[in-house]
Amino acid sequence: MLQRRIPLVIVFITGVLMSIQYFIPHPVSQSAYNIALTWFRGVASMAYAIAVISFVRHHSRRLKQPQNSFYSAVALAAFLFMCIVGFGFGIGEGTIFAKMYLNVQVPLQATTFSLLAFYMASAAYRAFRVKGLEATLLLITAFIVMFGVTTIGNYIPFIPKLTEWLMAVPNLASKRGILIGVGLGMISTSLKIILGIERNWLGG
Amino acid sequence: MRDFLIKLSKIERRYIYLALFLALTLPLIFPPNFPQKMSPTVKSVFEFIDTLPPGSHVLLSADYDASVLPEVDPMYRAVLKHCILRGVIPIGMTLYPQGAVLALDAFKEAEEYLGARRDTDYVFLGYQAGFQAVILGIGENIKNVFPKDYFGTPIDSIPAMRGVNNYKDIALVISFSGSSVPVTWVIYAYSKYHQKVAAAVTAVSAADFYPYIQTGQFVGMLAGMKGAAEYEYAVRKIMKDEGIEKLPPAKAVKGMDANSIGHLLIMLFIIIGNLGYFAAKRRK
Repeated sequence: MLQRRIPLVIVFITGVLMSIQYFIPHPVSQSAYNIALTWFRGVASMAYAIAVISFVRHHSRRLKQPQNSFYSAVALAAFLFMCIVGFGFGIGEGTIFAKMYLNVQVPLQATTFSLLAFYMASAAYRAFRVKGLEATLLLITAFIVMFGVTTIGNYIPFIPKLTEWLMAVPNLASKRGILIGVGLGMISTSLKIILGIERNWLGG
Repeated sequence: MRDFLIKLSKIERRYIYLALFLALTLPLIFPPNFPQKMSPTVKSVFEFIDTLPPGSHVLLSADYDASVLPEVDPMYRAVLKHCILRGVIPIGMTLYPQGAVLALDAFKEAEEYLGARRDTDYVFLGYQAGFQAVILGIGENIKNVFPKDYFGTPIDSIPAMRGVNNYKDIALVISFSGSSVPVTWVIYAYSKYHQKVAAAVTAVSAADFYPYIQTGQFVGMLAGMKGAAEYEYAVRKIMKDEGIEKLPPAKAVKGMDANSIGHLLIMLFIIIGNLGYFAAKRRK
């Protein structure tokens, strides 16, 4: 019982206090705010520790499953190796840790992201068809924007202005609508969490 | 002709991949060096930095990791060099643990090509955990968030940090990112401390940030490889004008050449695909 009630009380008190604090520029309120910021950073750092524990537990469990064991073994070995070189020899410039990051992780991640270009090209070729009014509008818009983001498009008189208009008017209008919706959703969810109506974050 | 178009629209995926591979790699090997024209959102950031008095401070937050490196890293390097060329002091930091090593490399490049000196011409604070708490904390006192820089030097003893306490002493914050981090800077640094913020983001996420440009919450924005190339092109021009003979590689301009040809090829694919679609429809 207390396991659920204590976090709820902490969230309620902190939520209400921090909301009030925002509107009170008094030194006492300011110093409470600074303390809260330090705590926030401490809690955020602990999130990394939890992430590491969760990662190790998850992959250790998967080691027992023959179909997943190889990938989990690679993940755990890479993790242990980086921990050993990081804690053992430091993470600064020129260390093994930094070299592994720059020469292994960076190219791997950049390559994975770059592969999207190939999938997009293939998908555009097969799926971008003038099948109806909406599809035609989408196609024309995509064509103008794609042309607008090329260097060559810059030198065709109306393309840069049209691209800018598409981004700054129709795109902006739809984004703003979504953002207002998201903002209202965030306010209502925050209130529900502070008041203890929304309790999913407690788990279970 | 109709049969040929239908056949072409059903071409195997590997040929599309091969064509795109050639369209992307050939311009990197034989760069056509298309001249760049600055778009309005890039121009706003460029002119803002260009007109800052020497000695002003600009906070460059490398909020990205390796996955978006090809697009965002050239932006970071170009803006950093622009600051140094204009005597503006860049303060490097990151909200991403992976960002520190990547950003540090950009500062090393500025040392090599512009003779920038650590702690005098630039400051590198590195990474601090806490995300929103870091952004808010800088608004109160930067020394509470970063008591030491990345190299372990106490902030108080860094000459370039003299007189820098919070956002009031920082002319502009630029968040370099492949996600929504620049919005976090708007929410916490702009709304609470009225700090001027700009964004340098990937092309795929750029559309999300236009509402913030229209409201003036962002001073400007560098979007994708195009934004990076435009900024890099302008900075290289300044370097040439100042008689700097050894120039760093023009990664973004080269990348943009490949990007442009890649885009044109995709557009051609779409046209061919549609011609095939109509040919098949007519046959039915």
